[in-house]
Amino acid sequence: MTVILLAIFAVTLIYLGVANRLSSYISVLAVQGVILFGVAFIELIEINWVNLVFILLETIVFKTIAIPYFLKYIIERNKITRDSEPFLPDFISIVIVTAIIIASFLLSNAIEDPHLGKIFFVASLSALFTGLYIIVTRRKIITHVMGFLVIENGVFVLSLAVGNEMPMLVNIGILLDIFASVFLLGIFANKIGDIMKEQDVEQLSNLKD
Amino acid sequence: MAQFFSGMMGSYLVGSFLISMLLFFNRNKLVNYGLTILFMVLQWGLTIYEFDHLNVVDFQYFSPDSLAIIFLVVLSILCVPAIYHSHVYCNSKAEIPRNRGIYFSALVVLFAALSAAYLSNHIAITWIFVELTTLSSSALIYHRRNSRSLEGTWKYIFVCSISITLVFIGILFLSIAVQRTGSTNLFYQGLFNSAAGMNVFWLKLAFLFIFTGFTCKAGLVPMYTAGIDAKDKAPSPAGAIFGSALMNVGFIGIFRFYQVIGPTSIFEWANKIMLITGLLSIFVATVYMLRVKNLKRMFAYSSVEHMGLIMVGLAAGGIGRYAAILHLVLHSFAKPVLFFQMGQVYRIYKSKSIYDIGDYFKYNLSGALVLLFAFFTVTAMPPSGMFVSEFLIFRALFEAKHIWIILFIMLLLTMIIWSFGKNIFKILFIKPIGFNDTDVEKISPFESLSQFILLALVIYLGLFPPAGLVTLINGAVSNLPK
Repeated sequence: MTVILLAIFAVTLIYLGVANRLSSYISVLAVQGVILFGVAFIELIEINWVNLVFILLETIVFKTIAIPYFLKYIIERNKITRDSEPFLPDFISIVIVTAIIIASFLLSNAIEDPHLGKIFFVASLSALFTGLYIIVTRRKIITHVMGFLVIENGVFVLSLAVGNEMPMLVNIGILLDIFASVFLLGIFANKIGDIMKEQDVEQLSNLKD
Repeated sequence: MAQFFSGMMGSYLVGSFLISMLLFFNRNKLVNYGLTILFMVLQWGLTIYEFDHLNVVDFQYFSPDSLAIIFLVVLSILCVPAIYHSHVYCNSKAEIPRNRGIYFSALVVLFAALSAAYLSNHIAITWIFVELTTLSSSALIYHRRNSRSLEGTWKYIFVCSISITLVFIGILFLSIAVQRTGSTNLFYQGLFNSAAGMNVFWLKLAFLFIFTGFTCKAGLVPMYTAGIDAKDKAPSPAGAIFGSALMNVGFIGIFRFYQVIGPTSIFEWANKIMLITGLLSIFVATVYMLRVKNLKRMFAYSSVEHMGLIMVGLAAGGIGRYAAILHLVLHSFAKPVLFFQMGQVYRIYKSKSIYDIGDYFKYNLSGALVLLFAFFTVTAMPPSGMFVSEFLIFRALFEAKHIWIILFIMLLLTMIIWSFGKNIFKILFIKPIGFNDTDVEKISPFESLSQFILLALVIYLGLFPPAGLVTLINGAVSNLPK
């Protein structure tokens, strides 16, 4: 079951690579939250229940409901246009994201470790690099935040791989998740929207030498 | 609960949190002064207490080893002029009480987070406090509340968040390696003991991710960019802390993990990575130093150069390790001098651009002397203490038979000194074009006093290092293999 869920997770990454509208990005992030909820539930059922409830709440309440809702709110409040404005055509994007996933497969096959679920490794590495790819190739600042959220999801998957023995690390990962995303989105909602007229990265190129 | 109050650390963290909260809500200037003095007392109390309790575990997750003590003392010494100059800064701008409160509140949180990160003996606890330094520094960077400082803040938070995520991924890989040895111990001592039995593949991945992540705080290639913008846009006293104590926290993150992999077979490989990173950092710093026109950014790039030298020294081994830490200590005293002085320069010329500043001797004699001496100190000319440490780094490289690397670094350093000197002497002696000096602010020489003391400290510590410092530095590098 975990394998199927994580495979779907990887597929959502490919969809992210070609998605054009910001609203589809938001839906994909919400779907990823649900998938992570499933994976966390299956993997961590054995750890103590307080911890488990905390982790499950984080995936459902925070990742699936709060963040997408907040992103939607920011987009409406700042009147951001609905197109994600990539620098590269979709065809190249889909090829690159696929290449990232294949490369993660090859890399994980090189590991000789019987205990590690390789699928976790593949899913998280692909999410990490896809997130970086989205950050690099999209013009809007809000899509940078979304790329960061994808990276966070990847880190969460990886922390689940070690979560059975060290639940503390999963909790710290969640702390990072909540801290960083609330902070980034909070600044975005309150400050960038008010001070900057256009929400493109070109607006952020005054500091240079 | 008893454990909580058994040492000093618990009280320190709670105390600084309370002080920071009070500063945040307080609107009265005198109360503000009182609270910051109270914090200085608390900071020094912690420093003296931990100094007396070397290697005694405090509050389970904090243990003052030699390295932590060195940087804690450096931080506490810097804390006094930083708070003093912050008051001067706020008074000169007639800051509104709310912004002043936020500024000092964030500064106190930054100091507390830095101290805790130095002292922590658990890799995840270090990580949490490094994350906290990002949050508090971003409040300081955003202090001026205009679109440029917003840009700096945004870039800083974004790059730091990604870096801190990379460090976390590194910790996860490390935990995989730890689990294979049958333990779940992530204390540095535990890691050090079990490192020899760990899987090399996971350790390599962990090192790469943790190293890359911490380069953001340490100011090395590849993640140095955010730190440059931060030092430029933050008020000068905060920039002084970013250019010294905050870089030390990045170094400590790298160094502690470097110690862990000391007994393993990947140590040589890690040395190569650090050597390459160091060289690239010096190279990048040189390229930017040659064309940069903004003084604060020039100082920031000079920090990148020094951190690169420190990495090269560490990788060279032998006496280079001692020299690297000595250099870091001296750099932490020398660089804030330039940033503190920059605050005065900015008040006179209302600009940071090299084109608008000049003839500084005429307007502020003591400040100009600081700038002149600081230039000799930071570029490591004798009698600067940094000359000694740089010389030792070159000796280590020579002993490790890296002749070509020495020549390469020497060439780059010459270019850096040339461009640094060109800009500083322009500021000091050449008249600025179109500068109206009818209502120039008179700056009291007393404000430069702290900077002279820091410069004297750099010379003293470099030329006649006290036995206590030498013992501490040797203790810090004693875990590394020969």
